Amino acid sequence: MALIEPHISFAGPAEQPPTDTAPKRLVVDAENISLTFETADGKVDALSNVSLKVGEGEFVSFIGPSGCGKTTMLRVIADLQQPTSGSLRVNGMSAEAARLARSYGYVFQAPALFPWRSIEKNLKLPLEIMGFSEAEQQQRAEHYLSLVNLTGFERKFPWQLSGGMQQRVSIARALSFDPALLLMDEPFGALDEIVRDHLNEQLLQLWRTMGKTVLFVTHSIPEAVFLSSRIVVMSPRPGRIIDIIDCNFPPDRSLEIRETPEFLKIAQRVRNGLRAGHSYDE
Amino acid sequence: MTSSSLALAPSSARTLARHPLVERYAPILTTVLALVAIWYIAAVAMNWTLVKDSFEREETPYTVSDILAGTMDAERPLLPAPHQIAENFFDSVFGYPPLAPRSLVYHSLVTLSATLLGFVLGAIFGIVLALMIVHSRVLERSLLPWIICSQMVPILALAPIFIVVLGAIGLQGLLPKAIISAYLCFFPIAIGMVKGFTSPDPLQIELMRTWSATPRQVLWKLRWPAAVPFLFASLKVAITISLIGAIVAELPTGAEAGIGARLLAGSYYGQTVQLWSALVASAVLSWGLISIISLIERGVNRGMGAR
Repeated sequence: MALIEPHISFAGPAEQPPTDTAPKRLVVDAENISLTFETADGKVDALSNVSLKVGEGEFVSFIGPSGCGKTTMLRVIADLQQPTSGSLRVNGMSAEAARLARSYGYVFQAPALFPWRSIEKNLKLPLEIMGFSEAEQQQRAEHYLSLVNLTGFERKFPWQLSGGMQQRVSIARALSFDPALLLMDEPFGALDEIVRDHLNEQLLQLWRTMGKTVLFVTHSIPEAVFLSSRIVVMSPRPGRIIDIIDCNFPPDRSLEIRETPEFLKIAQRVRNGLRAGHSYDE
Repeated sequence: MTSSSLALAPSSARTLARHPLVERYAPILTTVLALVAIWYIAAVAMNWTLVKDSFEREETPYTVSDILAGTMDAERPLLPAPHQIAENFFDSVFGYPPLAPRSLVYHSLVTLSATLLGFVLGAIFGIVLALMIVHSRVLERSLLPWIICSQMVPILALAPIFIVVLGAIGLQGLLPKAIISAYLCFFPIAIGMVKGFTSPDPLQIELMRTWSATPRQVLWKLRWPAAVPFLFASLKVAITISLIGAIVAELPTGAEAGIGARLLAGSYYGQTVQLWSALVASAVLSWGLISIISLIERGVNRGMGAR
């Protein structure tokens, strides 16, 4: 699935798969992105020379300990934060132009639904803002609610839904305006493991059927390995990429593959990467 | 027969005590009765010397029960007994046609019109100020100190100045009173709405940004609905303050009509009973106004999916 040779500034472990012959369109093209925060305690390097290329249709996970810059990277791509240096193209444009062109849908860790709007109205919110016609809004709200198996909950209000259901609404909302890119920042981090497994399967199925490019931030190794076509392992102080791992399980995989040796091998490599990034701390 | 009725009696008393109406109103009723009892005792104590002195002045023989009776229906008591106030209140509300100058309904309507106009002006002003403060840091720094200062000056000192200045430019009657009332009631609304407009979750604001919403869309689709609970909380404070403002505005101007005018006349002529019944009228008025706002609030909340 990973068709683009990942370019990383930090020379990770050497074994990279051979480059595909027909490179797809790049959805994210980041070159030497650095971001330094000025805090009361001095400068913090949230990102240091991060380079990453993501092709259309990839599912790329960012994994790493807190403070490794994985969320910051996502926010930079979303133009919610500006890098200090480096060049960045999102969907062939600058990050700001991509945001203004509504090229991505963003899913936060919290569903961030608007409590005074019914589920259907929540789904229609971005559509209202983007000026879709009433009929189009209605049709899309129905379509995307059914996509996340929430048909019948249109008139409910957020507090009447469980956390997992609310997060599904927020995913449907991010998809509703058909963006090229889906940015997900620990979307299942606040959910219990059973719900999380279930949503992982649903998300995988969504990705397979819709062919969207997904950037996915997570803390969980099994989640990253199960979902991704590529895993970016990051490390803190300064936030940087230390390994990029290809991970090509069959698209119709089920949760059972988590018991297979291939799966465990990749999980092991991710774990090693995380440990390597941490070693100088001790 | 006797034994069964004996067995029934306590249990039926217990079910009566558990009746929802009793459970709900018994505590309120008890408090009211206790307060009325204390009031009567206080009325006797406070009016005692007054009544006794008048007996002595007229050199009529009197007994303790004569004084007791006197404290209950003195013409100008220090503290009127509750039934005197109730009597005067009902008499001046129902005893005259509503628009007669002696009717309390008429005076209440005069004050109510200034209150409502002032409330609407104050609410609009308060909300506009809050919008300006929320949208501009410069305005926040330059406006907020003045807003707070405005409430430090006693309104009783300001009111005559307002009346005189506005009178000089030809504004008389309702409008100056409404402006004084607006001057008081914009404050809780401005402060409440600044809090309300800034109450959305940072995530919700960032979501709007990811959809590249215009500032106007952020206002109408996020900030405004998020501020609604704050709006009603501050409207409830503001409406009572607005009523107080309207009454206060009637005091230094020598107004001929209005609850304030009644209070003023009552205190000039020592008509304590009239004073108290005007107070009751203002309490009834503000209770009514708050109830109306609460009713609207409940309706709006239902539409906004409150649990």
